[in-house]
Amino acid sequence: MSTIPKEEYLYKCTSACAGCSSSLCLRYVLKAAGPDTVLVVPACCTSVIQGIYPGTAMSVPVYNIAFAAAAACASGLSNALRARGKDTNVIVYAGDGGTVDIGIQALSGAFERGTDFLYICYDNEAYGNTGMQRSGATPLGARTTTTPGGKPTAKKDLDRIVEAHNPPYMATACSAYPLDLYKKVKKALSIPGPKFIHILAPCPPGWRYPTEKTIEMGKLAVKTGTWILYEREYGKLSISGPSKAAMKKPAPLEEYIKGQGRFKNLKPEILDLMRQQVEQNIQRFAREEEGQC
Amino acid sequence: MLTIATGNKAIADAVKAAKPGVIAAYPITPQTEIVEQIAEYVTSGELESRYIPVESEHSAMAACIGASAGGVRTFTATSSHGLLYMHEMIHWAAGARLPIVMANVNRALGPGWNTWAEHTDAFSQRDTGWLQVFVGTVQEAYDATLMAFRIAEDERVLLPVMVNLDGFSLSHITQSLETVDPGDFIPPYHLPHAIDPENPCVYGPMTGPDEYYKFRWDIERSMRDARGVIEEVEREFAERFGRSYGPTEDYRCEDADVVVVAMGTLGKEAEVAVDRLRDEGIKAGSMRLRWFRPFPDLDLAGREVVVIDRDYSFGFGGVVAHSIKSKTGVEPYNVIAGLGGQEVTYNDIADFVRNRRPGEEMWFGVSEHV
Amino acid sequence: MYEIRIHSRGGQGGVTAAKLIALAAFRDGKHATACPFYGAERRGAPVVSFVRIDDEPIKIYSQIHEPDLVIVLDTSIMDVVDVLQGLKPNGEVLLNSPHPIAGCNGTCHHVDLTGIALAENLVVAGSPILNTPVLGALAKMGIVTLPSARTAIREMFSDERNVKAAEAAYEELKA
Repeated sequence: MSTIPKEEYLYKCTSACAGCSSSLCLRYVLKAAGPDTVLVVPACCTSVIQGIYPGTAMSVPVYNIAFAAAAACASGLSNALRARGKDTNVIVYAGDGGTVDIGIQALSGAFERGTDFLYICYDNEAYGNTGMQRSGATPLGARTTTTPGGKPTAKKDLDRIVEAHNPPYMATACSAYPLDLYKKVKKALSIPGPKFIHILAPCPPGWRYPTEKTIEMGKLAVKTGTWILYEREYGKLSISGPSKAAMKKPAPLEEYIKGQGRFKNLKPEILDLMRQQVEQNIQRFAREEEGQC
Repeated sequence: MLTIATGNKAIADAVKAAKPGVIAAYPITPQTEIVEQIAEYVTSGELESRYIPVESEHSAMAACIGASAGGVRTFTATSSHGLLYMHEMIHWAAGARLPIVMANVNRALGPGWNTWAEHTDAFSQRDTGWLQVFVGTVQEAYDATLMAFRIAEDERVLLPVMVNLDGFSLSHITQSLETVDPGDFIPPYHLPHAIDPENPCVYGPMTGPDEYYKFRWDIERSMRDARGVIEEVEREFAERFGRSYGPTEDYRCEDADVVVVAMGTLGKEAEVAVDRLRDEGIKAGSMRLRWFRPFPDLDLAGREVVVIDRDYSFGFGGVVAHSIKSKTGVEPYNVIAGLGGQEVTYNDIADFVRNRRPGEEMWFGVSEHV
Repeated sequence: MYEIRIHSRGGQGGVTAAKLIALAAFRDGKHATACPFYGAERRGAPVVSFVRIDDEPIKIYSQIHEPDLVIVLDTSIMDVVDVLQGLKPNGEVLLNSPHPIAGCNGTCHHVDLTGIALAENLVVAGSPILNTPVLGALAKMGIVTLPSARTAIREMFSDERNVKAAEAAYEELKA
């Protein structure tokens, strides 16, 4: 823990919910990035968490932008800063809705053009800021306010979409493993070009669990193999520590599901499908790591 | 059925009664309860409809265009930035002559992010060929949505209709609501130019300078005919369901020396201001403007007029005041108030009347007259 | 017109409390409106909601500045929010508390809504349900009738424990 700097760039006066993963992660992201950083924030929980005018909880510049436009705005901002000879970190900090749905066009364009920036998607698997409606990132079977019977389709595989753009660096992370996130952000920012980090962000009001269980939820996601922590440098895969053990012997999926109100009364067939998907995913990553593809 | 409901729930209930076959929508504060309630009705089977959870508002309107052209009644709802994000497709829907009904929960535009009531969002679409009505109560939100389907689908109109309600001030307020079974008040959907492989047509191809303007005139002609259709439909609604509506809702205007014109919930709160002013001996009246497109004829001759604009057109002026001025020749006292949900009470409205300066503009909260 | 302002934290059901009170008043044959005032609505952050009750139709949409009654569902808010601001000179206060609270001006009532909810096991996602028992307290204060309180609760919730909690609050309310 001595590697993590003491300086805070996200002050205590945020409007975050009790138990919020996103603001926990942002704290570590900013510690890794340091003060020479601009955050680009589309409509998402962070738009509100940062505080309401005339106050702010942020001590780095934050550029708020429209929902669909974060990566495009970051593209322009990054080009401008480099034109001025500045190395300032440009970091998009966006929710899943603004990344995988309405923001995907801009994301794809910025990556295809090789924009020098870091795109971080904190994924609470729903439109959190507007009250927990489904997004493309909502998993199969999850209840949201617009899928009261459970989402009938699977979670969109954002990571493979980003991978298809061959970025120099991409990674997954989870709010329950802040040191892992810190290291990944530091590594990402040391590499030029477009970088991507996808953070699983358990969310008490959205996933319907008590606010003090956020870290436990994140750990269960990783331990059950539902969320695999890994990095790709120039496409080459390396599985992160906590997931190595989980992939060898994943905890039963039920342990992750049972504590979440959004999966209450999950049909057994759906649970089976979810289990299959977790197993297939683990196998896919295991095969790739072993060199068989 | 007599109950209480929020403005948003009233819209969802009217949609359930109108039975659209396809609903495509994207969440945005403060519209979310509309789409959430509709999702529940579809999931429970109370509403048989295909609900498409699209990935953006532009796609919401594009999907509605496809569905409506495909021969099915459609509905969507949005607000503010969502409305603006679909702007291109808003133009398209009217140009394609599709009777889409959309609820727009009026909300201010960023930056900075502001989720409270303002009318600039709807007015920014005023040139698109959509009909626009602004409601002031939960009951009216319900009634106007039912009538919107009927008006839009009338063969003399065949234009989309936007039902506007104030964000938070009406969308989230709970008032009494009587729901009805519309029966044949809303006849089955019939679009004369629906897609039909047995009668193949190309829709919206390249159209040159010698033909295009004719289609634009067609839209305007239907807009003009819509005035008569609106009047007919509102009259029939009154006969069948007992509640009357018109282009404006007038309160104590008959012998008024000064009339306050406002839209949405400010137009209702103005009635309370009128009562206070009357107690002081000022013969005030309030005229809540409901229909904005087509813009109605207004009877304001011989009175002083105070227009409250919950909007602004930069470099020009308050949209409602200038619309009234250009259509009637009256020079109103234009108060710019309520932007971004700025609180405006009946006391404030009464002050606007007491301190009126005809022909001038005043930004409430900003100290000078400009 | 009778104006009520409700203070709570996001996630405690303060917004629904306003709707419930309005529904009960409506079933009593009155006109009633309920509205939330949304600041940033975040779980745990202070929120305010309003109710107006009148014999005549209500045409006011602006915030309540001079309430007749202030309800505080979470008294820890009182450290950061001036819950009594604007309270009418003869106004009343209803606190969710097992005991009286010092510094509460006006006519203060208190009832342990949290304790009542926990006793009925009325808990969702870790939070006790306060909006149904508070309706019972308001019935005791004469703002709505107890039968209408029961009707309103049954219209909005299927779990009968909510009615029991309201009845318990009705019995327990002390001045």
